Amino acid sequence: MAFVAFGQTSKTQVKTQTKSGRVALVLLMPGLIYLGLFFITPLIALIMASLKQPDPSGIIGQYDFGVEFGNYAYAVTQYAPQIFRSFSFAFIATIIALLISYPIAYYIAVRARDRPLLRGILLTLVIAPFFISFLLRTFAWKQIFSNDSWIVNVLKDVGIFGADSYIIGTNFAVIFGLVYNFIPFMTLPIYANLDRLDMRLVEAGSDLYASPATTFRKITFPLSLPGVISGTLLTFIPISGDYVVASRDFLGGPGTAMIGNVVEANFLRIQDYPTASALSVMLMAAIVVLVSAYVKRSGTDDLL
Amino acid sequence: MTRFSLGRWLLPTYVVLTFAFLMIPIIYTFVFSFNDSVKSNIIWRGFTLDNWINVCDQQVVCTAFGNSLIIALSATTIATILGTMIAIALVRYRFKFRAATNLLLFLPLATPEVVMGAGLAAQFLDLGVAKGLTTVIIAHVMFTLSFVVVTVKARVATLDPALEEAGRDLYGNPFQVFRKVTLPLLLPGILAAAMLAFALSFDDFIITQFNSGSIETFPKFVYTAAARGIPAEANVIGSSVFLIAIAIVLIVQIRGSRKAKRLAN
Repeated sequence: MAFVAFGQTSKTQVKTQTKSGRVALVLLMPGLIYLGLFFITPLIALIMASLKQPDPSGIIGQYDFGVEFGNYAYAVTQYAPQIFRSFSFAFIATIIALLISYPIAYYIAVRARDRPLLRGILLTLVIAPFFISFLLRTFAWKQIFSNDSWIVNVLKDVGIFGADSYIIGTNFAVIFGLVYNFIPFMTLPIYANLDRLDMRLVEAGSDLYASPATTFRKITFPLSLPGVISGTLLTFIPISGDYVVASRDFLGGPGTAMIGNVVEANFLRIQDYPTASALSVMLMAAIVVLVSAYVKRSGTDDLL
Repeated sequence: MTRFSLGRWLLPTYVVLTFAFLMIPIIYTFVFSFNDSVKSNIIWRGFTLDNWINVCDQQVVCTAFGNSLIIALSATTIATILGTMIAIALVRYRFKFRAATNLLLFLPLATPEVVMGAGLAAQFLDLGVAKGLTTVIIAHVMFTLSFVVVTVKARVATLDPALEEAGRDLYGNPFQVFRKVTLPLLLPGILAAAMLAFALSFDDFIITQFNSGSIETFPKFVYTAAARGIPAEANVIGSSVFLIAIAIVLIVQIRGSRKAKRLAN
């Protein structure tokens, strides 16, 4: 249900609203104040941290209040490849996940519509990966594709792979892992949308002598667009900040680091908080631009 | 006719293959929980039940697992209460700053975890707060809250306000109406939200890594262990959590379909 977070409308709600504002305030305030204290002010703290300057004492991890925009220039020049890689990996993985997930969502929502048991089983299988730590799943792929695994050996024997070829540590491995981890996030919102697809509209298409392909292109797909957009956002945003899959201990290698890996290293290892914060702020800004384009299109009530 | 039958088999075949693909790492993790491994758990060395019987031989794994449970239970409880209150307010009441509220609830869903994690860590650093169990729970309530709101809100929206009105007509005070009418009707939604919050919290790694200091959680343990090879005991814990969760989902689904059948008859 939360996976339909984006792009769901609830038209019934206006009718049922009553007017007592004070009760509303009591119900809302604790949660909203919580988000203010632990979501909004941390974002401000992050922006402040991104502008700090090193303490004159020179102690590692000591920074003073400042307005050092040079931190951003440094972060961009130093980590341009990682920034570029994050967004291109996220873009490619999102497209592939969409291509893989759409037919699945379509099958569960439309073809299995009259078979509740099959549908229940398939939906359970879609969410099944959530029940086992994504770190364990990602590590399983690492072992399946490791250098002396039978897959790599078969590829070598057949001659597709040279003697010193490998999979782990390549861009392919990282994108593969990202796609795998986010297929459920793409499938569920599209399913939730197609589930409400009115089949009479599709029948009308074929009644008017449209081929199945034309009916899909002109009716089914356009109607499912809100689900596609939700799935795309729910996939693209987490991937752009992920650093587990691209980590060297998982599917990545020396040349696959993404923004998340750099933020992790700078913040938690070398304690260069300003650079880590500047990178995080830039990532957030890019996402805000992306999402506000969506909000402009559909309004705030559709957000939740 | 040939085109039709091709289309008929193409999609189901594709669905079966993709699901097989989705299951590969899960099955792999499960199978290797029975591996007679020595230190790292990479090569198959034979079947054993040892890892399952003596899970806590690797004490770190069990401590980490225990911490994850404590964190997930606490965060779920707080987030479910706060989130349910917000969901009721959003559907039932009219208030001025609705757009701003929607935006504030939506933003955490649209923020990459690394940004939320680093932001909260920067704030704790500024305030001089030592990281530990409490800071992780604070962080988990923050990022699961919006998921709870979305899930419960869907349920509140389907609730007929006439039922609560009937309660008031029968001289129930607002508290009684809430306890006897609203809450029982919302319960499936609240339970679904709590389960989701628990799953998200239990599996969270990125936000946790930034805000936990030296506290070990299960995902953190797996991440650190990955450099040298994850011990089979971690597979045991992962597999058992998986089996329990699947069992819960199946029970909920079977009960749901029975109920639907009863209503249909």
